[in-house]
Amino acid sequence: MKNFAQLIKALDSSNKTSVKVDALTEYFRNANDKDKVWTIAILSHRRPPRPVNTTLLRLWATELANIPLWLFEESYHIVGDLAETIALVIPTTKEHSEKSLSEYVEEMIALKKKSEEEKREYLHENWLILNYYERFVFTKLITGSFRIGVSQKLMTRALSKAIDVDEDILAYKLMGDWNPSKITFQELILDEKSQDYLSKPYPFYLAYALEGDPENLGDCKDWSAEHKWDGIRSQTIIRDGALYVWSRGEELVTDKYPEFNAFVGIIPNGAVIDGEILPYGDDKIGSFNDLQTRIGRKTVSKALLEKTPVIIKAYDLLEWEGIDIRERPFEERRVLLEKLYDSIKDKGLPLQLSERFDFTSWDDAVREKAKARELRSEGLMFKRKNSPYLVGRKKGDWWKWKLDPFSIDAVLTYAMRGSGRRATLFTDYTFALWQDKEDGSRELVTFAKAYSGLTDDEFRMVDDFIKKNTLERFGPVRSVTPKLVFEIGFEGIAFSGRHKSGVATRFPRILRWRTDKKIEDANTLEDLKNIILK
Amino acid sequence: MKNPLLAFNDKGIYCAQADVYLDPWKPVNNAIITHGHADHSRWGHKQYITHHMNVPIIKHRLGNIIVTGKEWGETFTINGVTFSLHPAGHIIGSSQVRVEYKGEVWVFTGDYKTEDDGISTAYEVVKCHTFITENTFGLPAFKWLPQVEVMNDINNWWAQNKAEGKTSILFGYTLGKAQRLLKYLDPNIGQIYTHGAVENMTEVLRSMVDFPPTIRITKETKKEVFPGSMVLAPPSAHGTVWIRKMTPYVTGSASGWMAFRGARRRRAIDKGFVLSDHCDWQGLLESIQATGAEKIICTHGYSDIFSTYLREKGYDARTEHTQYEGDENEIAEAKDDETENKEAL
Repeated sequence: MKNFAQLIKALDSSNKTSVKVDALTEYFRNANDKDKVWTIAILSHRRPPRPVNTTLLRLWATELANIPLWLFEESYHIVGDLAETIALVIPTTKEHSEKSLSEYVEEMIALKKKSEEEKREYLHENWLILNYYERFVFTKLITGSFRIGVSQKLMTRALSKAIDVDEDILAYKLMGDWNPSKITFQELILDEKSQDYLSKPYPFYLAYALEGDPENLGDCKDWSAEHKWDGIRSQTIIRDGALYVWSRGEELVTDKYPEFNAFVGIIPNGAVIDGEILPYGDDKIGSFNDLQTRIGRKTVSKALLEKTPVIIKAYDLLEWEGIDIRERPFEERRVLLEKLYDSIKDKGLPLQLSERFDFTSWDDAVREKAKARELRSEGLMFKRKNSPYLVGRKKGDWWKWKLDPFSIDAVLTYAMRGSGRRATLFTDYTFALWQDKEDGSRELVTFAKAYSGLTDDEFRMVDDFIKKNTLERFGPVRSVTPKLVFEIGFEGIAFSGRHKSGVATRFPRILRWRTDKKIEDANTLEDLKNIILK
Repeated sequence: MKNPLLAFNDKGIYCAQADVYLDPWKPVNNAIITHGHADHSRWGHKQYITHHMNVPIIKHRLGNIIVTGKEWGETFTINGVTFSLHPAGHIIGSSQVRVEYKGEVWVFTGDYKTEDDGISTAYEVVKCHTFITENTFGLPAFKWLPQVEVMNDINNWWAQNKAEGKTSILFGYTLGKAQRLLKYLDPNIGQIYTHGAVENMTEVLRSMVDFPPTIRITKETKKEVFPGSMVLAPPSAHGTVWIRKMTPYVTGSASGWMAFRGARRRRAIDKGFVLSDHCDWQGLLESIQATGAEKIICTHGYSDIFSTYLREKGYDARTEHTQYEGDENEIAEAKDDETENKEAL
């Protein structure tokens, strides 16, 4: 456990990707095979089932800490993390434990079936022999939530460096259903399998944002145009009778979207499609928020599949009949894609074509852009007809022309210090809108956080205001006298059960400081909800 | 009902019988000052009374003021009320104030810690009937390790950074924390550089404490000297252009708040050292018990939670609102250091 706790501590102590990768690489070089397998499992969200519920954890922790439960809850409220609170309130003893990560995890798995009294005894015993950070990690493993800013991709990169196996191949090996209790490191990682190479994606080509008028792009006849879809950029690979879906983060997400298995056997082998994963039910595209319910899941329940089905909006073809065609002009690749689509469109597959629209003048494009909201797109894409499919974000051939954001006037209610250059200033703000209460009065309800959009001078002025108008402090967060009004812009909006306001916004940011407005003039939550209903 | 010996009004903690305020936050005639941090020793009073070690500190901060220095335990009586100062162990020259009138004893702690840090005179238990205590870290989640362990970690961190050719930048409050760190940094590892604000304050204290040698960073300081060295700076220097010439550097912060993972991450500090000049949870409880007081008044920090807990334990405890912010609270640090920081730039 010692080494694993040290690894987590190292990952937790830095915001720098390179430092995290180095720490992981070092760990993978030294850990025993069993610990490696479990570390991979934990960092790819394959955690052992939770052996004890959190109510009991709290209770037993307070017993050991000798404090009343309400005081534990107050502390938890301030610390903000259950495992951390438990680790903090329990005293550290002189004892220590030499048990490895895998031994601990196996014990936790066995613990699930034991009696409550045995569980309590096990926790009390181990909480007391672990040091503070080990105790934190141990409790984290039990509560089952490990958010330490390490993506599966980052972990894969480190593993690749440590054992010298290609990253994409590792990503493939780590996908799917494997049981960390049973599989060995040799079987999981080291054994070479021919299909490892079949899953390899191509690097994505990314568009640049178009600032100003599309007219600057020159003759519109050189350009192909389509809508810009608001989902997850993906590459769908069909090779040798198997399906592989990669997201833009170059993470293999095949398991998350089982509906695409239907492609196998219908779309010919040796095909790679570039497209957008979109939520799609009742013959229309859903919101990004709908899609979010799918992104987070490792395994997808039948109910969720029915509630939020997804499709791929295809816009490019990168491989055809097993041949890499990225060097061919976009126009040619599109024709192949459209032919493919025509041949399969009657099969009821969750695949649609991202239609190109005809335009003979840039004014036509402007008119098309006006339809974007209605079509649930974020704006338009322009792709140069004779361009090859490049690697990464390169200026020149692909442009995205996004809609102006939605906007609403909101009141600043909470603030937190920024980071990096802004660490001395309060630059992370929470904004609220008005909501009617039952007694007829109004209250401010938090709806979004935003960190960007003001000039340095404006940030300094707002910072000064915050320091002079602090109401309460909650750790690093301060509540502020409601007085300042800001226009907040955002890209998307949807109803959400997870937010207090009942609404989730995408990419909220400050558009401008409305010094001309009083808080009474700020918008209401109702106004915000009306944007969704429009 | 008779008036309490000490009352909380809009100017500070007031003893009406003697017409004296303790750590007032608005200008008054007579002020007894516990220690030199800005939220306790403010500008504009007619007369200051404080421990003689605190005299040079508040003169440095407040300029030309009328101040009388007292010894530990030296009593002085004003209109029948007897006052004396007793070590609070918070920073150099920090006192608790004992107030006695007709056999009734009150003690105001200002800020304090129970661990002897070796540079502030060690905290002394003062028996009293009513104990006015700070609660900056009044949660069971706060538990300090012995100073020697923390300083060991800090020196190891410095040595490690030096081995990697990096500058170690350690943030600590200008008055108190910076000198406590300095006292125990190991000068055998390398050279210790200081931010102007830290150096100014340290100069004031050098007559009272033996510190390792330091070099003030100025515009003329060459950037080549930094790799492998230690730089002591106020927290507000983090994220400013001032630290740029120390590249490549690693940042560390020494504060009680570093006990929380979130606090360190949100501030984008590479390494957090949990080192506080305040009591931890156990320290607060033990000192309260040791005073023998039955009435406890909680001033700043997690006062409401703490006083609720004390009431559960059978104490007559309540919270009073003050304008003390605590030096380890980000706010006081920011206000104070930002002005000093500008001078240094």
